[in-house]
Amino acid sequence: MHEFITNSMFFSVFLTLGAYCIGLMLQKKLKHVLANPLLIAIIITSAVLLLLDIDYTSYKANTSFISFLLTPATVCLAIPLYEQFELLKKNWKAVICGIASGILTCLVSVFIMAFLFKLDHATYVTLLPKSITTAIGIGVTEELGGYVPITVAAIILSGILGNMFAPAFCMLCGITEPIAKGVAIGTSSHAIGTTKALELGEIEGAMSSLSIVVAGLLTVIGAPIFANFI
Amino acid sequence: MKYVKQFTIIAFISLIGEALNHLIPLPIPASIYGVVIMFICLETKIIPLSAVRDTGMFLVGCMQIMFIPATVGLIDTWDVFVPNWIAYTVVIIVSTFAVMLISGKMTQAVISLSKKGEKKNA
Repeated sequence: MHEFITNSMFFSVFLTLGAYCIGLMLQKKLKHVLANPLLIAIIITSAVLLLLDIDYTSYKANTSFISFLLTPATVCLAIPLYEQFELLKKNWKAVICGIASGILTCLVSVFIMAFLFKLDHATYVTLLPKSITTAIGIGVTEELGGYVPITVAAIILSGILGNMFAPAFCMLCGITEPIAKGVAIGTSSHAIGTTKALELGEIEGAMSSLSIVVAGLLTVIGAPIFANFI
Repeated sequence: MKYVKQFTIIAFISLIGEALNHLIPLPIPASIYGVVIMFICLETKIIPLSAVRDTGMFLVGCMQIMFIPATVGLIDTWDVFVPNWIAYTVVIIVSTFAVMLISGKMTQAVISLSKKGEKKNA
């Protein structure tokens, strides 16, 4: 039985989709920040894997077609961006200033905290690309000689934080302009945050999608410079 | 059939992205090249919006689900995360919200500045 479940592709796929559906249901019912479908799906899936003693490698192999869709889905973020391009053209200065200041904040804040916590060079560079999309972040960390699994964890956790708290946090800080909200979410929490921005509205989604690309590229340029500081 | 045709176009652009990622020695993934190419194709009307929109927006709508398998991988990273977990947690939380605050405020400030500028000129 254990071997069957471990090797069954449909078990892993059903578990993933089922956990997400439970998450959606709870979100609809509870309407609470913590009732976040992505977070709930991750907790349920991890718990079931641990309980049934299914190793992550088999689960990953069995759900590879779900992850495989991530590249075409990211490519399609060009669609909301295209639909809002007029608005972007009108506000491009604000958008670029916003993303650039965000990336600078990320690098500076990681530097300050790494200094305070007395982190070594490898740990410090591991955290520099934490607010950009996973695939670029992995590349940056490899190049700078950091720990890739930690970078992935930091990136995903930043994304989930943004996905969960961005709408409340923006309201709290008085960030009400939809373009500004989109830039804030995309720059701080990449694609995982962008899925939330798309739920907030078309403008938020488009600006957040753009921020993933620009923030990613700016980090590729900025992280190697900051890497010299510790 | 409509969805098959649309997905074929999207897959082809992903393929070009993958080829560029393979050829250019930069840490830029296939999806980022792909999103730029898709945007240029839409903007230049090489690909009409209607040729990709329905399937594309379906994929975008399902994107959260696609992050679940990779995120569940955190259960395997746990052991390397634990020794320094306080530092990691503080850095992740503080810098995520700092970035959100600064980038959002900055965008909003520049927008309202340029709006004031427009009014003056008008």
